[in-house]
Amino acid sequence: MGLLDRIATRRLDADALPALSAPADEPIFATKALRKFLASLTSREMPVLLDLGPVVGSNVSFFGEQLGCKIFVEDIFADVDRHVREGRLDELPAFLARRFPQADGEVDGILCWDVIDHLERAAAQALAGQLTRVLRPDGALLGFFGTAQPREARYTKYIIVDEVNLKHRAYPAARGRQTILLNRDIIRLFPGLRVSDSFLLQNNLREILFRKGS
Amino acid sequence: MEKDIVNIGKSVVIKGELNGSEDLTIEGHVEGTIQLREHVLTIGPNGRIKAQVFAKAVIVLGEVTGNVTATDKVDIRDNGSVDGDIVSPRVAIAEGAHFRGSVDMQRKGVQAPAAKPASQAPAASAPAAAAAQRVGA
Repeated sequence: MGLLDRIATRRLDADALPALSAPADEPIFATKALRKFLASLTSREMPVLLDLGPVVGSNVSFFGEQLGCKIFVEDIFADVDRHVREGRLDELPAFLARRFPQADGEVDGILCWDVIDHLERAAAQALAGQLTRVLRPDGALLGFFGTAQPREARYTKYIIVDEVNLKHRAYPAARGRQTILLNRDIIRLFPGLRVSDSFLLQNNLREILFRKGS
Repeated sequence: MEKDIVNIGKSVVIKGELNGSEDLTIEGHVEGTIQLREHVLTIGPNGRIKAQVFAKAVIVLGEVTGNVTATDKVDIRDNGSVDGDIVSPRVAIAEGAHFRGSVDMQRKGVQAPAAKPASQAPAASAPAAAAAQRVGA
């Protein structure tokens, strides 16, 4: 191998490096509540989950393998974007109030992610009411709540790495977070649920695990 | 042994019930029911399906509107789209795929519970009570 060949090879290796390393915009964060959320569902045979985020194939596989469950994917972020684009945001609360076809108490667990942060109060209340309705007694709801309002209009996909780590992947949104809720405001949104666990993570995300009274 | 694979071309439109005992690739339009109980159904990039699908494995690169049941696996590839409910022990959904509906990955050998009444009364809700906040991670 000549000198030029060796230089060319080295340059190719260097070019390949960024592709091999983890993308900078997909940081991995610890999660304290996911494991507890899973634990609350393992005692159920074939639990039913409701995922309010965009479909993430690896999450679907993860829950399928862990729980052998049924998952309803109801992408609320897409609903918000559609209402923003069509200038019908005032209709969003009424839309959310009739959004879920699930029967009362049909769902064992809800992955709410940070949906609530992206809604105005009326829409958040409508959504919270519906989630409380479809959750079965003793069911669990996992919600994330920000403590700072980023300027960028973007959503976050939460990709499960394992039961104690999540990858955060940002993607464009029609608008940014609407509210930073205090703990008491969050609790008031879900009067039919109680806070089982609450964690403030190093990235300033609050993870709250709610349970419905039995 | 060479495996038979049947193709339904782009210009073909089928309305009704489609049954088969060999692997099938659909690039055309099918409306109705597709049953390939022991075989692989591939919906090609040009395939447009409005049907209830039953197969051993289903690979989606085109568009499916309707419920999909597979005894082995459902694989929605990049740019593939499924609007309907999936029942299969294994489901793979690629980044860039579209999916709207539910995914039911029941464990084999577990019997489904009896259907619940449509309007089961919700249980009385417990008063909200905040647990002590812990600082973690």
